[in-house]
Amino acid sequence: MLTADNLGKKYGEEVVLDNVSFTLDREETLAVVGPSGCGKTTLLYILSGLTEAGSGAAMLNSVPITTPTPDISFILQDYGLLPWRTVIDNVALGLKVQGVPKKERLTRAREQLAELGIVGRDDDYPANLSGGEQQRVAIARAFVTRPRLMLLDEPFSSLDALTRERLQRTLLDVWKQRKVPFVLVTHSLEEAVVLGKRIMVMSGRPASPVAVFDNPGFGDESIRDTEACFELLKELRRTVENVW
Amino acid sequence: MVKSVKFVLRYAMVVLVIGILWKMLAVSLGGIILPNPEDAMGAFIAAMGTQLFWEHFFVSAYRAVTAMAIAWFIAFPLGLIMGSVKRVDNLLAPFVFLTYPIPKIVLLPVFLLLLGLGDAAKIAMIALILGYQILVTTRDGVRSIHPKYYDSVRSLGGSRWDILREVLLPAALPHGFTALRLGTGVAVAVLFFVESFATTRGLGYMIMDAWGAMDYLTMFSGILGMSLMGAALYEIANLMERKACKWMFLRGK
Repeated sequence: MLTADNLGKKYGEEVVLDNVSFTLDREETLAVVGPSGCGKTTLLYILSGLTEAGSGAAMLNSVPITTPTPDISFILQDYGLLPWRTVIDNVALGLKVQGVPKKERLTRAREQLAELGIVGRDDDYPANLSGGEQQRVAIARAFVTRPRLMLLDEPFSSLDALTRERLQRTLLDVWKQRKVPFVLVTHSLEEAVVLGKRIMVMSGRPASPVAVFDNPGFGDESIRDTEACFELLKELRRTVENVW
Repeated sequence: MVKSVKFVLRYAMVVLVIGILWKMLAVSLGGIILPNPEDAMGAFIAAMGTQLFWEHFFVSAYRAVTAMAIAWFIAFPLGLIMGSVKRVDNLLAPFVFLTYPIPKIVLLPVFLLLLGLGDAAKIAMIALILGYQILVTTRDGVRSIHPKYYDSVRSLGGSRWDILREVLLPAALPHGFTALRLGTGVAVAVLFFVESFATTRGLGYMIMDAWGAMDYLTMFSGILGMSLMGAALYEIANLMERKACKWMFLRGK
């Protein structure tokens, strides 16, 4: 279980994150929505262990998160793929860092890529791939280490609408198989409704939670076409109009 | 195959254009100070059939390649460290940037006094000049690496060693190779200068000796030999860059 307890962060005198508390159970997902530049990314950096919290604490299964750990996979905003490494080497990177033998890590990376529909592209470089393919590779890299928590920072923001919907489905499919909890940061309300079992609305800077919504339709592939989705979106819109 | 044909054609075209311009200039100057290109080429081809020419060529090539290797193996890691470790950069950057504008070539007499009249002084001179370029370019290149790549490796639990191996080294290589490739011209220019002193071997000596004797055809043989060596060094550096940094040369990138 992930616990965020009263997290806060200051850069110099500017408070970017204030009083963020929530819990995330196994098999749950949390979509965090907030205006651009409010401090959502900082929240993920703290949860990943890349940035130290100024106040409060984050814990994964009761262990404080103070440095990056293989238990947590983080998909950065523009994927974070290394342009000088091939697709297979990018996916296997987390395993390499963990000291997994070459043969095993390449096999696991290849299997993970195949699961996400990327076949025969092992020796290509990220620049050879489309945005959607790059995102699949980033998801493969995040899942291949079998993490206990996933963090996704606006993972589909730079993709066209159709590719975005396709990849949202892919992410949900993988999640259904693995049941790895994830925290997703997005500024798209629709994306939050598709991918968040719970949706936390943040205020503008300093980012602080103003409301949390349950999403009973979560996991339904055709959620976009449901009345419940439409109502939830309306409610979210009303909330954000007051605070953003 | 098609690539190598294109490569040869490209060079042949350049040689042809230079040849035509050279011919026009030689004709306008009367053909004495500047010999006709066909005469110079004839003398060059004849020189290539002599052992003495190749002795000069390989002595020069040895000096240039050794200096380039020394410059690379000292300056590239130093640039990598300066670009990535702030404390080291704070310490060394003032030394580097205050001495960078000084024309190092004026130190040749000092090098000859310190290292003797042999190859060591000449190689050290070329290595010093080239090393500065590689150092500064690599250091600046490392500083321009986007922080997301560090975060990417760190978020996977990567250590400092992993960051060096997965980010710093591969991201800095193109900068180091570009400096080396562009530095080949500088290396050959400095080579010519250092071979003008205290030696009886090398293409620089061959050119100056022939010039002193007003043997312009032999002088041009040396000039063409040096040009050939410069072009070969450039292409070797280019090839090494393409091999080591494949990701930089993707089709359609």
